Amino acid sequence: MSTVGTAPVILELVGATRVHGEGVRAVRALDEVDLTVRMGELVAVMGPSGSGKSTLLNLAGGLDTPTAGAVRLAGEALSDLDAKGRAALRRRRIGYVFQDLNLIPALTAAENVSLPRELDGVRLRKARREALVALEQVGVGHLADRFPDELSGGQQQRVAIARALVGPRRLVLADEPTGALDSVTGEAVMRVLRARVDAGAAGLLVTHEPRFAAWADRTVFLRDGVLVDSTADDQPEALLAGSGPRHRED
Amino acid sequence: MSVKQSLLALLIEEPMGVYALRKEFEARTGGTWPLNIGQVYTTIQRLERDGLVERADDGDGDGDVERFALTEPGRAAAQGWWLSPVRRGAPERDELVIKLALAVGAPGVDIRAVVQRQRSETMRALRDFTRLKAGEPDGGTRPGGDLAWSLVLDHHVFSAEAEMRWLDHVEARASRAAADAIPAGRADSAAGRADSAAATRSRR
Repeated sequence: MSTVGTAPVILELVGATRVHGEGVRAVRALDEVDLTVRMGELVAVMGPSGSGKSTLLNLAGGLDTPTAGAVRLAGEALSDLDAKGRAALRRRRIGYVFQDLNLIPALTAAENVSLPRELDGVRLRKARREALVALEQVGVGHLADRFPDELSGGQQQRVAIARALVGPRRLVLADEPTGALDSVTGEAVMRVLRARVDAGAAGLLVTHEPRFAAWADRTVFLRDGVLVDSTADDQPEALLAGSGPRHRED
Repeated sequence: MSVKQSLLALLIEEPMGVYALRKEFEARTGGTWPLNIGQVYTTIQRLERDGLVERADDGDGDGDVERFALTEPGRAAAQGWWLSPVRRGAPERDELVIKLALAVGAPGVDIRAVVQRQRSETMRALRDFTRLKAGEPDGGTRPGGDLAWSLVLDHHVFSAEAEMRWLDHVEARASRAAADAIPAGRADSAAGRADSAAATRSRR
């Protein structure tokens, strides 16, 4: 994780602002937010409801455009693209994981994961091969031919993570991905997300659960659309003297 | 933390010297609460004075000159510890709680800023505990071995989580109290915030 500081920037928001309405009725849903997410980095976004978390995620994913400021994805400014170009970039570069209803019920796990690749224009057999690799990487390779309703909630979220990062996709936007899971399953899903990001991706995670945000490299806090604070992206200090993953000498 | 009870508990298993006692204590608690050897030594002396331990003269000191064993009353005291709950009647003095209690009533203190600074710090600690957990083989679910250390880490995670929840609660209540204190007509900024929150929600 120490190399993150020099890793390529995947997502960049510069003075990103989203105002709804005009004049005295104008509401600033997001106000001059600066945020950089690099390869290998997982950033958590926390804040009370209505603080702008969803707006931030929508701007980052190109689902919405800022009224001022810029959003850049792998160096490309989303505002330079028309709606069609944005849609193409969104589809090819970004994966999404939501709280639930991530998977298409009529498709198997492998088909769900290979679908984005087929839409990319990749041949069926190659898409399926890539999907199986992606499922292996999140530890559910053996469930490739199951349908979503034959999978547990945690397994479904793993499949969703595999799909989000299949092929050339390097940015995963996760909105309360552990919201419907118990704490042990949620932790297992976070472990998978963390590992996939470490293996070469970037992630933006919206959550209201501190224990899941703790898997991120840093947490940014939003309040009334303003980014009020951020935990420093430092290395953990030796807060437990002489600990770390403990190795007993005897 | 009761060093005395912990040492008695460790001696249930076998007689040990002061160095072995310190090593075992720290190994099992993940080094979270380091003990210095003088502390172990004085505690053992007191236990010996009170008749709860005695010197074991088997001469099998693993690096320790003298080993100590439980006496009968010592064994009873050690067993009794497992069976009695840790008293929670009088909360320990906590700097954060005292600080926020004083901040709420203090003029010119921005309680939201105080809370936010703490939130970042607590979140950072929670992340660091989580990184230690992430480093555990098999997600810390492997039985035996490091279970004790893993459970100590879990405790820190739960405590940090509870502190985050409490900080949210402090902020919400302090904000409400502040809003109630604003005279009618000057509440437009607070109302604007509520509008913005409602607008953000309705877009979802």
